[in-house]
Amino acid sequence: MSDHSSLRTPSQRIAWTATIIVSTLVFFFLIAPILAIMPLSFSSGSYLTYPLPGLSLRWYDDFINSPRWMNSLKNSMIIGVASTLLSMVLGTLAALGLAQWKSRFKPLVLAFVLSPVVVPGVITAVGLYFFFAPIGLTGSYLGLILAHTALATPFVVITVGATLQSFDTNLARAAASLGASPLYAFRRVILPLILPGLASGALFAFATSFDEVVIVLFMAGPEQRTLPREMFSGIRENISPTITAAAVVLTTVSVILLATLEGLRRRNERLKGSSA
Amino acid sequence: MTAVSLTGADAETKVPLKRRLKRAERARQIKALALVLPLLLFLLFTFAGPIAGMLWRAVDDREVRQILPQTVAALANWDGRDLPDEEAFAALAGDILAARTSGTIAVAAKRLNYALNGFRTILTSTARNLKAVPERGAAKETLGKINPAWRERATWTTIKDAGGPVTGFYLLAALDLTRNADGAIVAAPPDQAIYRDVFGRTFLISFSVTVLCLILGFPVAYLLATLPPGRSNLLMIFVLLPFWTSLLVRTCAWIVLLQSKGVVNDSLQWLGIIDQPLRLIYNRFGVCVAMTHVLLPFMILPLYSSMKAISPAYMRAAASLGAPPLTAFLRIYLPQTLPGIGAGSLLVFILALGYYITPALVGGAADQMISYFIALYTTETANWGLASALGAVLLLATVVLALVYGKLVQGQHVTGGMKN
Repeated sequence: MSDHSSLRTPSQRIAWTATIIVSTLVFFFLIAPILAIMPLSFSSGSYLTYPLPGLSLRWYDDFINSPRWMNSLKNSMIIGVASTLLSMVLGTLAALGLAQWKSRFKPLVLAFVLSPVVVPGVITAVGLYFFFAPIGLTGSYLGLILAHTALATPFVVITVGATLQSFDTNLARAAASLGASPLYAFRRVILPLILPGLASGALFAFATSFDEVVIVLFMAGPEQRTLPREMFSGIRENISPTITAAAVVLTTVSVILLATLEGLRRRNERLKGSSA
Repeated sequence: MTAVSLTGADAETKVPLKRRLKRAERARQIKALALVLPLLLFLLFTFAGPIAGMLWRAVDDREVRQILPQTVAALANWDGRDLPDEEAFAALAGDILAARTSGTIAVAAKRLNYALNGFRTILTSTARNLKAVPERGAAKETLGKINPAWRERATWTTIKDAGGPVTGFYLLAALDLTRNADGAIVAAPPDQAIYRDVFGRTFLISFSVTVLCLILGFPVAYLLATLPPGRSNLLMIFVLLPFWTSLLVRTCAWIVLLQSKGVVNDSLQWLGIIDQPLRLIYNRFGVCVAMTHVLLPFMILPLYSSMKAISPAYMRAAASLGAPPLTAFLRIYLPQTLPGIGAGSLLVFILALGYYITPALVGGAADQMISYFIALYTTETANWGLASALGAVLLLATVVLALVYGKLVQGQHVTGGMKN
């Protein structure tokens, strides 16, 4: 099927052409809005319309010199990094445990661990709002970090779990039979092999926190507003080109994360290919 | 180390070895569980506990009981047929005076006003005009004079119903139902009966978005699954980049594109297709377009994995047996993609049900989904009981669909939604 010049009948060729045309339109639909918003951030005018009256960096200047935007970027980073670290510890331990644990309750526990992904954001946010307010965790960094960790950990459990599944346990046995202590074997044998999996998990966790806005909407005080939260109020009030500059910053972070992840995946595939 | 103990065990009888292996296995299992435990405890505190708390709030009804304790106690044995006796009136007068001193009367008034419109005025006016504890035997007359509503049975049944400690009031309200003065479940008055409409709208929008995603996603998934890996990996960027781009950025992009002086309207006017700008945003159209854009990757990725697993040999076999291409597609290819279609559609539908940000930013007043009302009642009007009840209904719908999804993907290598 890979060679489409060999399609036999005209109707097949028409169907294939139609698939290509429709797919191209869908690709355009998917990517065009993201690309369309970017040049607007370099506009010298203050209207979000084409053609651009001229090019300038004034909106980036606005973004960088606004304490509000800079504070939100800082908050996003603090909360993102802290919840990534916490979810990495909790998620990796859990994935290691789940890989060894044999029980008929395992599917149930796994479903519970993964449920924060499925439950609508508003429900988690409302529950946390009621639960954290009396103990002083609303309007605090700690509350947001804990909440984002709960949302991010399932991705760590999945990614690290998938890596452990393809991990050859004989390697750990070999290390043990050669006299390595469990901790030494973990540090020198297991860890280097599952490191790409851990890195992907960390990227997913960071992206989850960095993009999250519903919980922040409910729980953050004015001091803890994150970048998406600031964009939310910006869009609500009045879309200025500064928001498009913020959007470009956010998208750049996404592209870096995606590119790193793709690099890790390729490296992993190469490693697998060379060992086979 | 295991190897050493095994050789040692060979010298002994078989039973201890078996037992020792069992013991080692049990120790391993306990160690494994100990590794999972921190996460379980963490999620109990940051996820399951809060949600259980929210569900409890949907039935919790202790405010009136705490603020008007004697009244609730006096009404406990009231049959609800005629007006309650003098004792209940005296209890109410005492409770109101006490609540006025402690400043809690507004809380009770708010709760009772949910059940009976105008109750806030009845209670606050009574609290304002009640000078002192009425003389023995004169409570009924005094209260009736201050506000004639105390001479009506419905006023008293409202207090009795709100006496807690638990209530079905909010859950019934979430389904546009209420109890009448006789305690029977009836339809809520039209001005309060909006939630069935909201749930219907939520389902309708989610369903439309799911269908749109399927129509747009199927050809793309087919193309990606059929092209040689090099080219399909390249094209996959078109799916993954939007997937990774912030929801806020994408929503913002659609506002910029679709607003009346936006890129789409400008281009259409420039091309001479339209004279007046079309209204493309802050309505249902805008919500569906933006949500389809956000959720499309969640359809394409599971579809792609299920199509990737279909061997091209099947289609070749069908062709060699004389099936025309369309027949082969409909009878051989399509049935094999059904699990992928089911998984992708359910996933998109589940995610769409809980959407809040996108409709809130690109929708009009008539396009707000259930999450909007949950947020509204939590942060704006602080009607936490109703917010929790609406949340409980949404959670139930999500959990049921997620269980179906779980059954569907069991044993399949469909990991859509898990961002990989």
